Amino acid sequence: MSGRRPAWLRQLPFTATVLVLSLFGVAMIYSAGVLEVPSPVTRGLWLRQAVILAAAVVGLLILSRVPLRWFEWFAMPVYIVGVAVLAITLVAGTGAGTAEGVNSFLSIAGFRFQPAEAAKVTTALALALLLARREEPPRYLRDLLVPALLVAVPLGLVLLQPDLGTALAFVGMFFAIIYWARTPWPLILFAASPGLGLLLAFSARVWSVYIIVLVVALYLYRFRLYLVESVTVILGNVAAGAVAQPLWNSLAQYQRNRLLVFLDPSLDPRNAGWQLIQSKVAVGSGGLMGKGFTAGTQKRLAFLPEQHTDFIFSVVGEELGFVGTSLTLLLFCHLFLRMIRMAETASAPFAGLFIFGIMGVWLTHVFVNVGMTIGVVPITGIPLPFISYGGSFLLMSWTGAAIAVALASEDP
Amino acid sequence: MSRRRYRHSVLANRARIAVVILLGILAGVLFRAQVLRATDWLLQSERNRLRPLTVPAPRGIIRDRDGRVLADNIPGYSVSIVPDQPDSMLSTLRRLREHLDIPAGRLEALSQQVRAGGPRPLLVTGDAPFDAVAALEERRSGFPRLLIEPRPKRRYPAGQLGAHVIGYVGEINEAELGRPEFEDAEPGWIVGRSGVESQYESLLRGSAGTRYVEVDAAGRIVGSFGGVQGVAADPGQDVDLNLDLELMEWIHQVFPDGMNGAVVALDVESGGVLALYSAPAYDPNVFAGVVDAEEWRRLVANPESPLYHRAVMGTYAPGSPWKLVTAAIALDLGVVTPDEHMPVPCRGAYVYGNRVARCWDAEGHGFLDLPGAIQHSCNVYFYQLGLRIGLDRMLGVGNRMGFGNQCGIDLPQEAGGVFPESLEFWERRFGYRAQEGEVLSLAIGQGPNDQTPLKMAQFLLAIARDGSAPAPTLSREAVPAEGWRLDIRPEHLEEIREGMRRVMQPGGTAHLSSLEHFDLLGKTGTVEHGGEEPEHAWFTGVAGPFGGPPEIVLVAMVEFGGSGSAVAAPLVAKAADFYLRGRHGMPRDTIQTLREYLVAGRNTAWANARELR
Repeated sequence: MSGRRPAWLRQLPFTATVLVLSLFGVAMIYSAGVLEVPSPVTRGLWLRQAVILAAAVVGLLILSRVPLRWFEWFAMPVYIVGVAVLAITLVAGTGAGTAEGVNSFLSIAGFRFQPAEAAKVTTALALALLLARREEPPRYLRDLLVPALLVAVPLGLVLLQPDLGTALAFVGMFFAIIYWARTPWPLILFAASPGLGLLLAFSARVWSVYIIVLVVALYLYRFRLYLVESVTVILGNVAAGAVAQPLWNSLAQYQRNRLLVFLDPSLDPRNAGWQLIQSKVAVGSGGLMGKGFTAGTQKRLAFLPEQHTDFIFSVVGEELGFVGTSLTLLLFCHLFLRMIRMAETASAPFAGLFIFGIMGVWLTHVFVNVGMTIGVVPITGIPLPFISYGGSFLLMSWTGAAIAVALASEDP
Repeated sequence: MSRRRYRHSVLANRARIAVVILLGILAGVLFRAQVLRATDWLLQSERNRLRPLTVPAPRGIIRDRDGRVLADNIPGYSVSIVPDQPDSMLSTLRRLREHLDIPAGRLEALSQQVRAGGPRPLLVTGDAPFDAVAALEERRSGFPRLLIEPRPKRRYPAGQLGAHVIGYVGEINEAELGRPEFEDAEPGWIVGRSGVESQYESLLRGSAGTRYVEVDAAGRIVGSFGGVQGVAADPGQDVDLNLDLELMEWIHQVFPDGMNGAVVALDVESGGVLALYSAPAYDPNVFAGVVDAEEWRRLVANPESPLYHRAVMGTYAPGSPWKLVTAAIALDLGVVTPDEHMPVPCRGAYVYGNRVARCWDAEGHGFLDLPGAIQHSCNVYFYQLGLRIGLDRMLGVGNRMGFGNQCGIDLPQEAGGVFPESLEFWERRFGYRAQEGEVLSLAIGQGPNDQTPLKMAQFLLAIARDGSAPAPTLSREAVPAEGWRLDIRPEHLEEIREGMRRVMQPGGTAHLSSLEHFDLLGKTGTVEHGGEEPEHAWFTGVAGPFGGPPEIVLVAMVEFGGSGSAVAAPLVAKAADFYLRGRHGMPRDTIQTLREYLVAGRNTAWANARELR
């Protein structure tokens, strides 16, 4: 290693983008604190975020020097610790801030921490390691069984908090990694099909058509699958359709409302529809150039909810306009394309798989978060990577970035 | 290994495409919202944060003929609550009572308004005392939805004097809100309630403006906002009246203390109302803000009825002054000439059929011509004159002169006179057929005949002018309603005036009220009403400089005042002297009538020198 440029410098386009996004985030969190309501709690938060960012930068400088082997050794133990802490959180966790009703925080020695954020990284490591050890790409559904279980455990624990947004990130991670593991696309589709079946179950007719299409697809793919797998896929979909109604009933009222107002915000304009409507008004009223940094009226007068966390992108839209939002998306686009490049050029399969896992998490976050502010996706409590306020998420995102840099820079 | 590389570059490219598509979808939706639809969303965000508030227009100022202010505006404060959940509004209301005096009745009305809801702020009071406003401003954080705004408050500098004529203002009520003339009005608006304030409401009101305040999501007012152009309030128009405030003050000063009644003064030339006085009165300033229910009840329950505008709403039996009307009707019809004597001389009574109608003077007046009959107020002469006119024609001309109607003065409330419209009146009212003999009572101002002081003053206009009587007007700009006209030759009108002049001369009933410098003509009236109390006292007069046309018409009516010559005549004389002295640039004096000259020991040679024609 000596005599060579440090890893973070070799991956400068990536690390610089992460830093620019994070600094932009601190600025937007500052703006989110400029409110004209009595004693806003968000006023000084930008400073806290800046301190955590400084710690994260130091963390990256250290972590990016760690050799790949160490991550291989630690992946599984760390994964198990992560799952264990998640389980403890379920019992001893507390809600806080924007996730008031969700027991996602764990307090240790005065520090409040979201174990789910760490679990994203540890699970990505474990999953990448598991799939990297295979010589051949998965060819059968049963090849995906163990990886799926690996993800399902932390995902299930997160769902129990209940934190739907973070759970979605695990799903994104899973599919990104098995994609990079060269899983044939029909197999990915079959693996995803129960999820689709769950969504389509709202209408019996649509669901019936979908099941017929699925059966035909399985028939066409029959030579590549065991019969038992085909049957499992069908059963999985039927089961998804069957549990859709009970699952819907088991959702908390606010979760149901969020889904309903996504289809029609005017159903509940004062409560669940409020966030969506006000967010769309904020983004749309920003226009091309925006109302000016800190000058957004939707934000300033508290029409915009959770303006420093889940709806920070609405503040970007309102204050910096389409110029601001499209530049932000371009930054993320650049980040993801750099990550694909890093995965492509990495010498070890483990590196590429991990990078894709992290990218899957971030891409899910970006798409769902930005999408919900403009009504493309139902409202889900999910922050925007590097930009939303939140110490755990920022730290763990940087940890993911640091590991990605470390793994990508490993010589063959 | 190389196959793996190849495979990965395909996968990487596909992943790149997926990333670009996913973010592209977001960018596309953002482009649609922020570039294509930005105006709609901007409008919605403005609607979110800006609340229109009504800026009340300052009401027009009301002045008298010399520009003295009768009603104007002074700075005041209104306290309103910005709409919220009914519960929190009610709790704010309750807490406000620590600082503002909100009577129980008012609180109940406000609570109902809260429950009814509405987008505009709830007006708690349009007239908050300054110290309460200061106290509330200090506790701003405790009352986040409180809106304290400057708001012009009505003031009536003339106080009681203008009470009945000028009227007062009040908060618009439910019934009014439904009317077409208040189409654009909102609860809390101040509108004219009576008098000129009500009559000229549309002129005085002006049109309210709008200004915008910025509110946060909870509806708290964050600040007033200058970025959106509001609509400035358009102040109401001023209204200049024919009234003479000084004359009103003087009348008030000379009106018998503790008595009730009315005085009307009209300008002969224009028919403009110089004074419209009604006693007792009240202070309209108590209505300027929010009316205290207690105060209101007190005024309504007062047995003296201070709210009652006697000059235009009080109807009284006209008594002797009506003899002038009988004379005018007879001359109009041409059934008598002024110098003609009635066939039967007055011997103290007149026998009609099986009925003996008495004259007030049992000694009798002998033979009289018309001026003499007016001078002596001889009933017997007027009985015969009435018979000559005939009941039917008496009613016909009387109604043509509008004695069964209102004058049409520019005031919202005016009582019409009570006068039989035809012979059916008796059947309808009393259940019997009218006999020709009814005309005897009518001819001397008795019988089914009640007139307002204003109506009698309008009649005197016709005598003072050329027989035409326009409707009296308060506003200088008002076009008088079509009046009526008597068909009497000018020299015959002069004979009626001569009779009135003799009333003031030695031997006349009002001689002691004659004036040194002005030619005052009049007719006294002392009307029995069947009660224990003294009679109602009337005096109807016309005055002007000697040798010139009359300039002012005056009618005084004092309830239970007793003798018209002792109570009402000096009142009219003193008012006429005061007005005419002012008009002709003469110094004013409190010693005005002959009686006062005598009491003061002044030279009264002028009174004796006035020779009878």
